[in-house]
Amino acid sequence: MKITVDEEKCCGAGQCVLLAPDVFDQREEDGIVLLLEPEPAADRHAVVREAAAVCPAGAIEASEIEAREIGASENEAGEDA
Amino acid sequence: MTGTPAEAAIPEFPGVRAAGCPFDPPPALQALQEDGPLARVRLWDGSTPWFVTTYAEQRALLAHPDVSADVTRPGYPIPTPRTGGGSLSFILMDDPEHARLRRMVQGAFTVRRVETMRPAIQRIVDGLIDDLLAGPKPVDLVEAFALPVPSLVICELLGVPYADHDFFQDNSKTIIKRNVTPEERAAAGGRLFEYLDRLVGEKLAEPADDLLSKVAARVEAGELTRPEAAQMGVLLLIAGHETTANMIALGTLALLRHPGQLDLLRESDDPQVVAGAVEELLRYLNITHSGRRRVALADIEIGGQVIRAGEGLIMPNDIGNRDPGVFPDPDALDLRRDARRHVAFGFGVHQCLGQPLARVELQVVYGTLYRRIPTLALATEPDRIPFKHDGQVYGVYELPVTW
Repeated sequence: MKITVDEEKCCGAGQCVLLAPDVFDQREEDGIVLLLEPEPAADRHAVVREAAAVCPAGAIEASEIEAREIGASENEAGEDA
Repeated sequence: MTGTPAEAAIPEFPGVRAAGCPFDPPPALQALQEDGPLARVRLWDGSTPWFVTTYAEQRALLAHPDVSADVTRPGYPIPTPRTGGGSLSFILMDDPEHARLRRMVQGAFTVRRVETMRPAIQRIVDGLIDDLLAGPKPVDLVEAFALPVPSLVICELLGVPYADHDFFQDNSKTIIKRNVTPEERAAAGGRLFEYLDRLVGEKLAEPADDLLSKVAARVEAGELTRPEAAQMGVLLLIAGHETTANMIALGTLALLRHPGQLDLLRESDDPQVVAGAVEELLRYLNITHSGRRRVALADIEIGGQVIRAGEGLIMPNDIGNRDPGVFPDPDALDLRRDARRHVAFGFGVHQCLGQPLARVELQVVYGTLYRRIPTLALATEPDRIPFKHDGQVYGVYELPVTW
């Protein structure tokens, strides 16, 4: 899995940090996403997928999720890696 | 019911909750979900914006690039008559202006930053519970606990004197009531604006280690006008106390009415259990029961319909959070369910900026209050509790409790 984040889209709601604090953080000055681990271990894939699905701004992409707009599907979370 | 419903069949919004079901959305509105993702409702001004009933379509539209939160655009479904004028907070603006302003304060509400406040929030909650236990009973939990917790926290964070709490709580209450005149609402907003403007002035003269001082510094740096700074202070002060206060009191009532669920919280000191309970109570209660409101900037095809440019949209998160396709048995309060996908904080770039703070406050409250006062009970008949049916934010005006 390869994660990319879009700082322009990010609205700093912090949902990703709440779910996967070892993968995501926020800049102190404006709360915008910081990617700590662009290629997380397999046991983090499910929670990263959930983070991408709940991101209100659609600012997180995990590369194995393809051909579907992240955030548009309700069933991303909990699907296996 | 398919196709365009007859004029007479368009239900009014906001709707009326069923007697005896104070935690459930108005049945006439929730029933629209069975007919498909999109319906129409009639507002106070006779307009009939789209009413988006399903979770997936609510999220898709709230995140849609052709959907605007700009309250000044024609077609925006305005919740109450307006007097016009005054400055607007960034929750009623679109990017890039919205993002520019929001990012100025977002840093104070990051997950890690807020986590460092947990011990101070715990001390506030413990102190108020000490006072409750030492004081007379029955007592109004709203006045003695639910309002003070978030008010003390947001005052500390912003740098607003807590001694002024009667003033800002009363004016906030007026602003978010549905049934006050536009003049009364504007006057209350004006008083809060003047108050925050004066505080911004004080922070300019004498900066302290608080968020309002940081906002004031932006004024000095020429990045923000002084009215923008004051308006930002008003937004943070109102949103910082009124919302969480309602979740505390209404959440406590919901738990007292679901004793099996309350037992789960009383008998667990597992932070994961408490965190899960907070998400489920957010999903179930939806104190922001006036819907997320938007206007379409272009034609949008969704849910088998075409939303035309300029048409208004209401996304009722209380009904989206009761979508059985996403949350099985949605009308049941089940603290053990995984409710993290709820839209109680909205969705899209306007999703609540203070949500990490709300979560920690509620985790501390729900994780402490019922364990320290295990015999907490209602001190009145359930049907005598005054609900905020007339509030843009839902909750209870009073909650007499004893133990």
